[in-house]
Amino acid sequence: MEKTLSIVYQPQAVFRIRPVNRCSATIAGHTEAVLSVAFSPDGRQLASGSGDTTVRLWDLNTQTPMFTCTGHKNWVLCIAWSPDGKHLVSGSKSGELQCWDPQTGKPASNPLTGHKKWITGISWEPVHLNAPCRRFVSASKDGDARIWDISLKKCVICLCGHTLAVTCVKWGGDGVVYTGSQDCTIKIWETSQGKLIRELKGHGHWVNSLALSTEYVLRTGAFDRTGKEYSSPEEMKKVALERYYKMKGNAPERLVSGSDDFTMFLWEPAVSKHHKVRMTGHQQLVNHVYFSPDGQWVASASFDKSVKLWNGTTGEFIAAFRGHVGPVYQISWSADSRLLLSGSKDSTLKVWDIRTKKLKQDLPGHADEVYAVDWSPDGEKVASGGKDRVLKLWMG
Amino acid sequence: MPQGDYIELHRKRHGYRPDFFERKRKKEARQVHEHSAKAQKALGIKGKMIAKKNYAEKALMKKTLAMHEESSTRRKVDDEVQDGAIPAYLMDRENTTRAKVLSNTIKQKRKEKAGKWEVPIPKVRPVAEDEMFKVIRSGKRKTKQWKRMVTKCTFVGPGFTRKPPKYERFIRPSGLRFTKAHVTHPELKCTFNLDIIGVKKNPNGPMYTSLGVMTKGTIIEVNVSELGLVTPAGKVVWGKYAQVTNNPENDGCINAVLLV
Repeated sequence: MEKTLSIVYQPQAVFRIRPVNRCSATIAGHTEAVLSVAFSPDGRQLASGSGDTTVRLWDLNTQTPMFTCTGHKNWVLCIAWSPDGKHLVSGSKSGELQCWDPQTGKPASNPLTGHKKWITGISWEPVHLNAPCRRFVSASKDGDARIWDISLKKCVICLCGHTLAVTCVKWGGDGVVYTGSQDCTIKIWETSQGKLIRELKGHGHWVNSLALSTEYVLRTGAFDRTGKEYSSPEEMKKVALERYYKMKGNAPERLVSGSDDFTMFLWEPAVSKHHKVRMTGHQQLVNHVYFSPDGQWVASASFDKSVKLWNGTTGEFIAAFRGHVGPVYQISWSADSRLLLSGSKDSTLKVWDIRTKKLKQDLPGHADEVYAVDWSPDGEKVASGGKDRVLKLWMG
Repeated sequence: MPQGDYIELHRKRHGYRPDFFERKRKKEARQVHEHSAKAQKALGIKGKMIAKKNYAEKALMKKTLAMHEESSTRRKVDDEVQDGAIPAYLMDRENTTRAKVLSNTIKQKRKEKAGKWEVPIPKVRPVAEDEMFKVIRSGKRKTKQWKRMVTKCTFVGPGFTRKPPKYERFIRPSGLRFTKAHVTHPELKCTFNLDIIGVKKNPNGPMYTSLGVMTKGTIIEVNVSELGLVTPAGKVVWGKYAQVTNNPENDGCINAVLLV
């Protein structure tokens, strides 16, 4: 008698990333706390924004400072690379945005003003929608999000509607902009005219962080771990579009929002305005949520010192990673979705293994709180910065 | 200074002098100079006092002028770069510093150790020993003065037996012994007549606590099984603390407020 067993499986990444376990370099340079750290989409360059009003570009081969970009008047709160790696935008506490040329470290133009209060988040338009990358959206405490065009060097659309500060903004792969705000709502805007498409209500307190299932692909654009270089924007657009469709599959884009009310919601914004799943379990506010690069998992970092892992499609709880002794501030995934990195107020970073659901590596070494972590898209390096003003590079 | 209102009456009836306002204006103008002359000539402590007053006025005037100037000009707001940079997700959050959290926990532990709790009457007038006790003379010649009689209300337990009279140092008269107290629930505002289980703490001293003396401010334990209270775990509460709010020796009854 034959019996057939049906096995449901999901493919993991073809490549494997080595877990980082040592600090290869501690680079000083900033004179105030490092507030944000970002690798370029091809993984070749690293930028960091700090409280000393500068953005610094670092050379990864020699692990030394490369350029210091001055020009901001107040703390640099957010930085974002364009998905084609050609532009770097930084937002500051005084509400202005500055675009830099990463090859020379010089500002590309005058600062873009328009926001009245500090910038809370920046997100670029995906390269598969528009190549070369021109537009990005910035969110600010004053309650609006603005779409800017760097070739026109001005604000093209202002998305006003939120009553309180906009805490996070993401440009989705379908060409819509998601904004989460302190007024407990998430608004979805279309980008040609700036009209509100949908409003997602449900949270009881501030929405702190948004994550899209296709976020990693949108961030890296046409680049993947093979390190191939593209010559023309059209080629990039084609490759990026392919990667995007492969990642997305047939399912609609999923959105996870983490809030101060200790819960997260899983939405399918294209389908309905009601949340699909409510993910509870944290005992303190959820600060950062992040989808894994293959979209299978969602990780959430919370002030209750734990990182929780959830299923990316159904939203059910899988595991909690405990080990930190202070609030966990930021998380970052490795490119193969097998390792998760978390940085916390207790000055350590921890690498968690998704397969065994346990701590893989503890990375102490920072002298003070760790504010920002990032894993390079090629998986080689991890960069972290915090209150102790040094940038640490970790390698496997 | 005029005693009476004859000046006002005259003004009402006949009006002001023709030069009244001019003279007033000029006199006030001269005051400034006269004040200055006095201040310069005054010696000793008087001079110092005048100088101090003048300085205070000058500082205040400067401040108000600066304030007015600020509002009249419109300047571009340039906020200085402050220390203590925090990332965007920590802005708008009041983060207690680690030092404060630590000191708070230490303070909490110390309070618990010292046993200081929040009570409705935190401070009471201290009762002196001679007010609390009356000296009883004893012995054949009535010269021995080692016995004391308590003059305040007391609580003795149900199984209380006096010590042999020859040896008892403290006499608690049965007329001043109470077993019940009128306990008020602070929120419900209703009063129950509840049995006293024991005296927990008398603020005047541990000796009075051990004797069972109840004065104003004493914490007593009362039997609240009548009230039908239940703990969150499901157990029935039958004893709760209450604080005495009156002077029972004057009133003849014990009034207390329940500590919830």
